[in-house]
Amino acid sequence: MFATLDLPFIFAALLGLSILIYVVLDGFDLGVGILFPFATPEERDTMVASIGPFWDANETWLVLAIGLLLVAFPVAHGAILTQLYLPVAVMLFGLILRGVAFEFRAKAPLKHKRAWDGAFFTGSLMTGLSQGFMLGLYIMGLSYTWWHVGFALITAVFLTVAYSFIGATWLIAKTEGPLQKKAVEWSQGGIWGVVLGMGAISMATPFVSQRIFDKWFGLPQMLYLSPLPAVSALTIGLIWWKLRRLPMEGDRFAWIPFVATIALFVLGFAGMAYSFFPFIVPEAITIYEAASAPESLAIILVGTLIVLPTILAYSILSYWIFRGKATALRYD
Amino acid sequence: MDTLLLSRIQFGANISFHILFPTITIALGWVLLFFKLRFNATGDRKWAEAYMFWVKVFALSFALGVVSGITMSFQFGTNWPGFMETVGNVAGPLLAYEVLTAFFLEAVFLGIMLFGASRVPGWLHTLATGLVAFGTTMSAFWILVLNSWMHTPQGYELRDGIVYATDWWAIIFNPSMPYRLGHMLLASGLTVAFLLAGISALRLLMKDRSASVRSTFRVGVILGAVLIPLQILMGDMHGLNTLEHQPQKVAAMEGNWETQGNVPLLLFALPDQEARTNHFEIGIPSLASIILKHDPAGVVPGLNDFVTAEGEVMHPPVAPVFWSFRIMVGVGMLMLLASWTGAFLLWRRGVDAMPRLYLYGMSGLAFSGWIATLAGWYTTEIGRQPWLVQGVLSTKAAVADVPAPMVLTTLLVYLAVYAALILAYMGVITYMARKAARGEPLPKDERVKGGEAMAVPAE
Repeated sequence: MFATLDLPFIFAALLGLSILIYVVLDGFDLGVGILFPFATPEERDTMVASIGPFWDANETWLVLAIGLLLVAFPVAHGAILTQLYLPVAVMLFGLILRGVAFEFRAKAPLKHKRAWDGAFFTGSLMTGLSQGFMLGLYIMGLSYTWWHVGFALITAVFLTVAYSFIGATWLIAKTEGPLQKKAVEWSQGGIWGVVLGMGAISMATPFVSQRIFDKWFGLPQMLYLSPLPAVSALTIGLIWWKLRRLPMEGDRFAWIPFVATIALFVLGFAGMAYSFFPFIVPEAITIYEAASAPESLAIILVGTLIVLPTILAYSILSYWIFRGKATALRYD
Repeated sequence: MDTLLLSRIQFGANISFHILFPTITIALGWVLLFFKLRFNATGDRKWAEAYMFWVKVFALSFALGVVSGITMSFQFGTNWPGFMETVGNVAGPLLAYEVLTAFFLEAVFLGIMLFGASRVPGWLHTLATGLVAFGTTMSAFWILVLNSWMHTPQGYELRDGIVYATDWWAIIFNPSMPYRLGHMLLASGLTVAFLLAGISALRLLMKDRSASVRSTFRVGVILGAVLIPLQILMGDMHGLNTLEHQPQKVAAMEGNWETQGNVPLLLFALPDQEARTNHFEIGIPSLASIILKHDPAGVVPGLNDFVTAEGEVMHPPVAPVFWSFRIMVGVGMLMLLASWTGAFLLWRRGVDAMPRLYLYGMSGLAFSGWIATLAGWYTTEIGRQPWLVQGVLSTKAAVADVPAPMVLTTLLVYLAVYAALILAYMGVITYMARKAARGEPLPKDERVKGGEAMAVPAE
């Protein structure tokens, strides 16, 4: 039944989808944590309330992504993660800190709350920085030269700013009043990170290898690809334009920056996926070389096809139940 | 120390820290569903109060379980690449099913369970509570399937040193799975029973006589009294299953060096692996033979059978297994004594006339389930050494070639973080109990609204 299917490709697509969903979803709640120092203690409660029902499920997409990498491409999993030992450790400490701080800040004695707020910020920051570092190092082929580490440090900063940006756009949609105004300002301050980050990665990627260079600048591929940067530029323009006018009368268009930012993340991700395919460890191991036995992939696929739509359905249900402004909890 | 030992300590530390929290959430989920259903049926506010207090403990435990679980999923790759490279074809699908059928279910409905009481109809909130409980149990199911398979692998074939799945039914229902799963679920039930009873006893000692704390105390003691004999029975069956499939582990648990009949049950001994004997043995004659073979003359396998002609030791390190096993059984006996005494006192004197001494004792046992659970896991996991997957993959063949200082550094940070978090966790739960006992509202958070909504009798 599965003999004719291109299982490694299907699993690479599923893996990519999980990573993309993770980056968007945990991106915004990590971003909210990164913005903590700029908010007053009362605003922090609202910010946490806006991500409270979601953060746990958002983080589960990371577990699914790492799980898919582990089960579908075990060779790549080992190769990538042993290379990323230290940044992964930093990320894990970050995730631990913010996950527990999230709970403790609401339950510990009030005098400890500030400290847990600090832990929530620090954990979010560590997570964002280490993920950005891993992204940069991955693009550069997972080797630690001065040059590569330097690039990875730059992507670390940009991804962190990008997270804070999508977090700010989430807050524009989910809050009101002074906090919403602040969120607009934060977004205006953060958009440069997204632009520079996408720019830096776009500048560097084609020079990673001749193969990727040809994929970008050979003809006719260059023509097919041209909509990608064009649409990205338009989306950035749209966000920029909207941010100058928000918040608007009757809270119109409050969702536009967040939705447009998701589109931007999707476009950036598509560009990377196109460049690196079919390699899973850049320019070293392809998805076909790294894939598990077809029997094992098939049994996972059956489950995935049944369960993934269900997961998406009840995740949407959850976002629908908790729709509306985070502060509106008082009114309903 | 070398990378292998450090990596083992690191993974051991992580998994020990991790298991503390699922052990609580697996059973506490069902207990919360019970509280919620009692509230729906009676409309009695005390059940809503019990729910509101314990759902906070649940949320805290769940968060700690999630973050430490994520850590472990990464450590398979960073520290033990040989594991997935060799047995990934079996372990992979099992882990994938855990993520797909359990993790998302728990995480999404937890959001509704914690924050949704005022936003969704009562039935949906009850359903969300039920689905979270179901999710934690499914998670336990899949991970215990995988763990049991590592002890008693079935349904696979080896081609070029790589494991390929041949029979999924045999893999999932491998010989030790039903016993191990049952043993762990009961362990979780007991851990929660003593946590409920222990924290409620603490609140009773603080002169908190609210209807809710009296009920949770009763639920805890009775749950413990009912589960402990079942656990002893299940443990015995699990032991017999281990004797059949991993005799070297049972030999280490009993501290039995020579294969022989009339093996005593050792109450105390200092196993000496160098001299291959025990010092200062105190035992009950023939009792180990009776327990394991139901016959005083029953022949029990000995550790010396598991040393190859070349002198390579193929049995686990004896002292840790021997002592972990005794700690687990010892705590179990203490639980039996405490819960049955409690049940008797409840029956004869009622919850308001419990002796203070008993309440002190019970608060001391609040986290006793953790000790028994950890000791049990050390027994079975150290008891599998030198194998990672029994007879298929040795632990040393799976370890990553990461420099030892790097492993040591991360290990030290993990240990510091974990120690701090355990203290914070126990401290916060005690703080919440103290606050609740004084009748003060718990720290204001987003859930308070949900509590008020739930206190309105369900429509």
